[in-house]
Amino acid sequence: MNIVVLVKQVPDTATERKLNADDKTLDRAASDGVINELDEYAIEEALLLKEKHGGEVTILTMGPDQATDSIRKALSMGADKAVFVNDDALHGSDAIQSAYALAQALGTLEFDLVVLGSESTDARTGVIGAALAEYLGLPQLTLAGKVDIDGGAIKIQRQTDYGYDVVEARLPAVVSVVEKINEPRYPSFKLIMQAKKKPVDKKSAADAGIDTGKVGLANATTETVDFAAAPPRAAGTIVKDEGDGGVKAADFLAEKKFV
Amino acid sequence: MAEVLVLVDHVDGQVKKVTTELLTAARRIGEPAAVWVGDGAESGKATLAEFGAEKVYVAPAEVNDYVVAPKAELLAKLAQDKGAAAILVSATAENKEIAGRTAVKLGSGVLTDVVDVNAELVTEHSIFGGATVTHARVTTGVPVIAVRPNSVVPEATAGAAAEEAVSVDISDAAKGAKVVERVVQAKGERPELEEAAIVVSGGRGVGSDDFAVVENLADSLGAAVGASRAVVDSGWYPNQFQVGQTGRTVSPNLYVALGISGAIQHRAGMQTSKNIVAVNKDPEAPIFELADFGVVGDLHTVAPQLTEEINKRK
Ligand SMILES: Cc1cc2nc3c(=O)[nH]c(=O)nc-3n(C[C@H](O)[C@H](O)[C@H](O)COP(=O)(O)OP(=O)(O)OC[C@H]3O[C@@H](n4cnc5c(N)ncnc54)[C@H](O)[C@@H]3O)c2cc1C
Ligand SMILES: Cc1cc2nc3c(=O)[nH]c(=O)nc-3n(C[C@H](O)[C@H](O)[C@H](O)COP(=O)(O)OP(=O)(O)OC[C@H]3O[C@@H](n4cnc5c(N)ncnc54)[C@H](O)[C@@H]3O)c2cc1C
Repeated sequence: MNIVVLVKQVPDTATERKLNADDKTLDRAASDGVINELDEYAIEEALLLKEKHGGEVTILTMGPDQATDSIRKALSMGADKAVFVNDDALHGSDAIQSAYALAQALGTLEFDLVVLGSESTDARTGVIGAALAEYLGLPQLTLAGKVDIDGGAIKIQRQTDYGYDVVEARLPAVVSVVEKINEPRYPSFKLIMQAKKKPVDKKSAADAGIDTGKVGLANATTETVDFAAAPPRAAGTIVKDEGDGGVKAADFLAEKKFV
Repeated sequence: MAEVLVLVDHVDGQVKKVTTELLTAARRIGEPAAVWVGDGAESGKATLAEFGAEKVYVAPAEVNDYVVAPKAELLAKLAQDKGAAAILVSATAENKEIAGRTAVKLGSGVLTDVVDVNAELVTEHSIFGGATVTHARVTTGVPVIAVRPNSVVPEATAGAAAEEAVSVDISDAAKGAKVVERVVQAKGERPELEEAAIVVSGGRGVGSDDFAVVENLADSLGAAVGASRAVVDSGWYPNQFQVGQTGRTVSPNLYVALGISGAIQHRAGMQTSKNIVAVNKDPEAPIFELADFGVVGDLHTVAPQLTEEINKRK
């Protein structure tokens, strides 16, 4: 079974994240890039499925030059190879354009399953999986907390507000994962060394079948009008419990008219 | 005036509060038209009328039998047939997916986690965990906008709520992912997390699956109960109560965190709460950076005292 895992590089949430003043896109130089956390769960799930069903795991990343760091990390977890779509024409693409571009890139690959994270930590739109399924005309198996594959049949538990839905489909399909699904492995030293030699196929937008007239800031379907730092939260009152902590908290709630 | 489609969130024929918020926002833009999928429209219609829905489109329950795609087909078709000015949905995980697919179908753009929207369809967003405020707009096609619950104050105004049944021809492609079972894990009498004006959440500091210390405080305030991932992972409280990046995003007037350290992934789900109160025995816990009021102490003594005090003052 051939699996493509979508991996996005995002700014480390532990650092201060910023937008560029000139074009209002993410300032990727301002913070260290890391693999979007949930994408590690997507990689892990693909590796587990490969261990069970055989086949190959390919990483697909679209992003700027420095995203190669995240690709190496993904390969050192055990993925076999990577496709890196890297083209200045893609800069500033919004969620719908990104889904289009990823769908086109997937069109140049052979796969039975696409696995991705259910949400990134930077933009957090959570729409890529669904939009991708729409573009590809494939079953949407998103927000999965559990995946089972049996021949050409796939079954997931889809996380909902009341518990979960059991969803069935046929392969090929698009699966997005939530963090309940597994515990990502740490790369071993051996795998880290091996990863250095694994093939990374760098593609321009044109190589990936992407029409550059449809992507990038100039053709975006959305526009950031302006941005500003949020007014800082006023420092709170912190008290040490001296036996009356609950009463003091009640006083605060009363002052704010919650009681 | 052009119609603004509002996808209705409902449970057992009851319209969720967020839908009244969306109807209120829709009135700034055009004429609100509610889109109801499944049964129960008869009992929910009064609420839609009360908040200004001029129309109520009712689609058959079959639309719910498959994951997301049929709802997107429904919304895209209605938007085209009615010449809608915009589509508003609540920013839940599923509705954001519906928004994305609908935008692809319409060749338009999508804006998510919106905290406000004006008459010109300019949206406000709170990003990077609340550190930055942005304004955005869709530049192509019918804007599809996912608004965070508890962002808009609902205002009543009478609407005609004229009902119109809509038929849908679900395409074969949209039938690819079939829902074969719905598993309801727990359902209490407490308010829904995203809807609640007050949320009381417990973390690993609660120490066991005896969540009464959290539930009692929640009940004294008429609040919803939430949990951190540590709690859910330990099996102390069901999955769907998880607040955070991969759980639910809440934005209540008051968020009370008991024994929660305040990890970035937890903060992502509660950072935009208007007031935050934290109880934690560790004065260095990052949750105190966010707290408007914090008590450094043992939650097992502070929370019961707070509960008792609230009940006394009622
Ligand atoms: C703060 C902020 C807010 C934004 N808000 C909006 C908005 O409201 N509307 C809009 O249209 N755009 C928005 N954008 C732009 C958006 O981030 C990008 O278009 C992005 O490429 C896709 O969105 P996402 O990360 O939210 O995807 P999500 O749907 O949250 O990501 C889900 C998964 O998709 C995969 N994935 C996503 N991007 C890539 C990639 N480049 N390569 C490989 N896999 C990938 C990963 O597996 C990821 O886990 C915003 C950007 C920022 C920085
Ligand atoms: C991909 C990914 C997604 C995630 N998504 C989420 C998410 O959606 N939601 C989420 O919550 N987390 C999420 N996490 C996990 C997150 O990183 C933290 O591990 C988690 O939030 C910790 O939960 P906690 O605060 O309850 O536990 P801890 O961090 O262990 O904190 C417990 C706190 O309780 C205090 N305490 C202990 N005993 C007492 C007492 N008697 N009285 C008072 N205080 C006490 C301690 O001082 C401590 O601060 C995610 C992680 C990853 C990697």
